[in-house]
Amino acid sequence: MAQGQKHIQRTIAKLSGLAVVMFVFAVWVMPPLYNLFCEVAGLNGKTKGQYVVEAVSADVDTSRVVTVQFVAMNNENMPWAFKPKDFSVKVHPGEATVTHFLAANQTDKIMVGQAVPSMVPSNAINYFHKTECFCFNKQVLGPHEEAELGLQFIVDQALPKGVKTITLSYSLFDVTAMSSDDVEIKATDIQAHTQYESSILTAFSN
Amino acid sequence: MAHGPAKGLSRWLYTTNHKDIGSMYLWFSFAMFFLGGIFALVIRAELFQPGLQIVEPNFFNQMTTMHGLVMVFGAVMPAFVGLANWMVPMMIGAPDMALPRMNNWSFWILPFAFALLVSTLFMEAGAPNFGWTFYAPLSTTYAPDTVTFFIFGVHIMGASSIMGAINIIATILNMRAPGMTLMKMPLFVWTWLITAYLLIAVMPVLAGVVTMMLMDIHFGTSFFDAAGGGDPVLFQHVFWFFGHPEVYIMILPAFGVVSAIIPTFARKPLFGYSSMVYATASIAFLSFIVWAHHMFTVGMPLFGELVFMYATMLIAVPTGVKVFNWVTTMWKGSMTFETPMLFSIAFVILFTIGGFSGLMLAIAPADFQYHDTYFVVAHFHYVLVPGAIFSITAAVYYWLPKWCGRMYDENMGKAHFWLAFAGLNITFFPMHFSGLAGMPRRIPDYNPLWADWNMISSIGAFLFGAAQVMFLYIIIKTIRSGKPATARVWEGSHGLEWTVASPAPYHTFTTPPPKSDIEG
Repeated sequence: MAQGQKHIQRTIAKLSGLAVVMFVFAVWVMPPLYNLFCEVAGLNGKTKGQYVVEAVSADVDTSRVVTVQFVAMNNENMPWAFKPKDFSVKVHPGEATVTHFLAANQTDKIMVGQAVPSMVPSNAINYFHKTECFCFNKQVLGPHEEAELGLQFIVDQALPKGVKTITLSYSLFDVTAMSSDDVEIKATDIQAHTQYESSILTAFSN
Repeated sequence: MAHGPAKGLSRWLYTTNHKDIGSMYLWFSFAMFFLGGIFALVIRAELFQPGLQIVEPNFFNQMTTMHGLVMVFGAVMPAFVGLANWMVPMMIGAPDMALPRMNNWSFWILPFAFALLVSTLFMEAGAPNFGWTFYAPLSTTYAPDTVTFFIFGVHIMGASSIMGAINIIATILNMRAPGMTLMKMPLFVWTWLITAYLLIAVMPVLAGVVTMMLMDIHFGTSFFDAAGGGDPVLFQHVFWFFGHPEVYIMILPAFGVVSAIIPTFARKPLFGYSSMVYATASIAFLSFIVWAHHMFTVGMPLFGELVFMYATMLIAVPTGVKVFNWVTTMWKGSMTFETPMLFSIAFVILFTIGGFSGLMLAIAPADFQYHDTYFVVAHFHYVLVPGAIFSITAAVYYWLPKWCGRMYDENMGKAHFWLAFAGLNITFFPMHFSGLAGMPRRIPDYNPLWADWNMISSIGAFLFGAAQVMFLYIIIKTIRSGKPATARVWEGSHGLEWTVASPAPYHTFTTPPPKSDIEG
């Protein structure tokens, strides 16, 4: 019987270990693995992070024209005005292009926004390189502040032949609630600015 | 040494006896079956006609959610654990489960889990209303405040299932009577061994996914929130990585049950025993690589759709092996049609229909049409009701004489079967048609186009509900005043559980059975 008990304990130890491993797998392995998988395979419309241009600049393929369309939308209750400055641009593969999005905080409060990109067709994702993008950072806007948000990109020369139009969409999320630090910094900035302005005004009036 | 059960309530609170715990699991699941059934009838009553008649849309959503959760986690899973508790030690000639105290605990935390879940119905925010699949962000950003009760309820159910599964594996691997080799084990024991491994592999994933939800809701993480860099589609991947093996957790023990019953009433040994074992193991393995067939419409690349489509269709092969084996077991057998056999034959036929609609859904391009329609509802009810519920019902009729020492009334059992069989088909068959005509799931009001199918479904649902009330009556009548049963109960019964008296003594196989009793 003692022998049997030992066997049972060994079985329990192994199975409990398996349960713990599966929990760790679900919480700590699956999410990063999923992100990695999406990035490698270009899945789910997720565009890549910042692209570093290699030292040798590639040639511009002027024989080909690709239309890049921009879509801007607000997620849920995001009250900002948000739209692309140019709805569509025509580019040559290999050429660095700059475009802008317009954002305006129409409320009386400091707000923080985060743009989340998505792209179709999915086979273009690995060939669309962003060298600069406002979507890499949170955007903090004071009351009634407007901003021109920049995006610089290069369409790769190796873009599959069938792709003639790429659509890049940004959904703007309200992340004010989870960015109290950014709000505070902005508040101090605004305060310093108003103090400076009022000191000038005082200087003038004197 | 030998002693009987303690007296009064403490017998049930402190018991470590596998038979007592098995009975508690079965009664608990029966209670949950009725509760989930009431939720289903609220749904069907509302859908009897187009337009909003009885309940508010939000309450309707709470009903669909609670029906799914209670039936999956409260009725089907505990019922199979109850059957395992009763039968596994008796089938392998063991005196009890390997871990009797943990067994007590894994049962007794269940009522608390469901008290947490069901109590939300009486709270101001209402019960969870995001569907039993609780997709984020419906279950995070847009969830009612009671979602936290749901999360902790799921944690406790998960802990219960994991402990139960560990116990079953430890029992089967270590406590078999001498001579009971693995390949001599009854198929019910085999299917439960494999199911228990599935449980230990995926219940922690379920615990993980609700934990991530908890973190997103209360602790500012962004696992499933795009604004913070997360992704709601990740939720679906993690959920279905649990969810697909989960549906096999609910069906593999059913395979074991009918593999015990069909040979008994066909009076022939099970055809292809070892192929049954390997088919079960193959299904369990395949269940881990098909999860994304629930997500064909999320925007997967073509390659992904193809991989998951073919892998899913592959499951039809081992499942087909099983169906052919059951049919071949019946072939030229001296068949009689007692109630357990009727339920088992209905299982084979109707589960196969559910399997075929599953194959239709597996075709990725066609799934875009079927996705989230009543066709899906028809499919999974055809595999779960005649699959899990009918097999549990068959098991209860088959082993009840062994449990309580009394025979049920055969005429009433047959009446119950025909009522349930008719009710089930009247309820769920029309859903194929309303689904193909485009009726979406989880809606309280609908286009009059689907009115006729829905009215038929609702009538069938109340018929099916009445059949289950009859089932309860038959069980109580059997326990109180059934005719005494013999030890073997059935003419064609085989296996160690039939070598002990009826009712089974409180302690069985305190000394291992003689090797000559072990067949196969």
